Amino acid sequence: MPDMLALAAQNLLSPVILCFVLGLLAAVARSDLTIPEAVAKGMSIYLLFAIGFKGGVAVAAHGVDLTLGKAMLAGIVLSFLLPFLAFALLRAITAMSVTDAAAVAAHYGSISIVTFVTATSVLQAQGIAAEGYMVAVAAAMEAPAIISALWLASRGGARSEGDGDLWREIFLNGSIVLLVGSFLIGAITGDKGMARIEAFIVTPFQGVLCLFLLDMGLVAGRGLAQAGKLLRGGTLAFGMVMPLLGATAALMAGLGLGLSTGGVALFMVLGASASYIAVPAAMRVALPEANPSLSLSLALGITFPFNLTLGIPLYIAIAQSLTGG
Amino acid sequence: MQTHLAKRVEIIIEAPMETRLTAALEKAGVTGFTILPVLGGSGRSGRWSREGQVGRAGMVAVICLIRPERLDTLLDAAFAVVERHIGVVSVSDAQVLRAERF
Repeated sequence: MPDMLALAAQNLLSPVILCFVLGLLAAVARSDLTIPEAVAKGMSIYLLFAIGFKGGVAVAAHGVDLTLGKAMLAGIVLSFLLPFLAFALLRAITAMSVTDAAAVAAHYGSISIVTFVTATSVLQAQGIAAEGYMVAVAAAMEAPAIISALWLASRGGARSEGDGDLWREIFLNGSIVLLVGSFLIGAITGDKGMARIEAFIVTPFQGVLCLFLLDMGLVAGRGLAQAGKLLRGGTLAFGMVMPLLGATAALMAGLGLGLSTGGVALFMVLGASASYIAVPAAMRVALPEANPSLSLSLALGITFPFNLTLGIPLYIAIAQSLTGG
Repeated sequence: MQTHLAKRVEIIIEAPMETRLTAALEKAGVTGFTILPVLGGSGRSGRWSREGQVGRAGMVAVICLIRPERLDTLLDAAFAVVERHIGVVSVSDAQVLRAERF
């Protein structure tokens, strides 16, 4: 336990997390600090490309084995199943309607790539290795939860509006295309490719992540202000309990797969995080009656800051103690 | 200067629905429209702002200027898309300079 607390403190004092906290506090204090929309978009493209490429290079260096396929399959199954757990929990501890609960459940079955990128950076800073293919697992976990949520909604009598365009938009979502594409480019070009663009994607990475998390802190801070007005008791508790349940499910899967310490920690982060990029847009199209403020306030205002400040060090510490890493 | 009566239809809708709405308008023969970003506002779901939104979020305004006799066709097409979604549809009278363009 003292080790876990020391690790948590170490993580909280990294520039990346402190930038996030700065953004969060600035938003809560209603400062006019903003990052221009185009700059934030540019940084997210850079981070997705860098993390995908590095994952691909790692796979090229260590080769492809059966565990990659098993991990992707486990990720997809987890993303399918987590919405059922989230839905049952929401219906048990909140007064949310079937439609709202299904929409929120979709967010929690999917993943937050920003949380994943941050966890990768924290692991790297602590010298803990992780399987490079976890990037591909992250991409595979973006969409399955949407299918489960739509099924839950329709079973509960809610009308959903899925069409061909919706599925094209989900599977060809910009972040998925960039992540998978850069992963493949990294896997194809390997170390030689890395040597050519290392100065661009390795050295500036931490600095860009700091600024990006400053912006995410501002976004989360505004979400937190909204959450304070909108969320009560059971719903607030859900935002912190569900990540722990998701992380526990992912922990069991990661240990069963025999992943490394870093791999288990990243799998836990994927299980614990909630989407606020791909899923919200899909839910607006497919479940228009769901209240978008509920899902976004929970995912961005509660779960994202929870995972970034407390969750990541906790997941790493648990992964370390259970894998002996 | 000679002006002509037209109808100005303003549809404020969630950004993920934009392409579906414009496709429905084009299918109904409404090929002229303007899309504007919307900074923020307040409605039944509370206050919202484009700033700080992640991904394809927020709202857009789709504005059409058409001849009055084509109004019903446009509204039928738009309503089929926006019926269940958050948004506002408003119609107002307008004057245009070159009637043949609408």
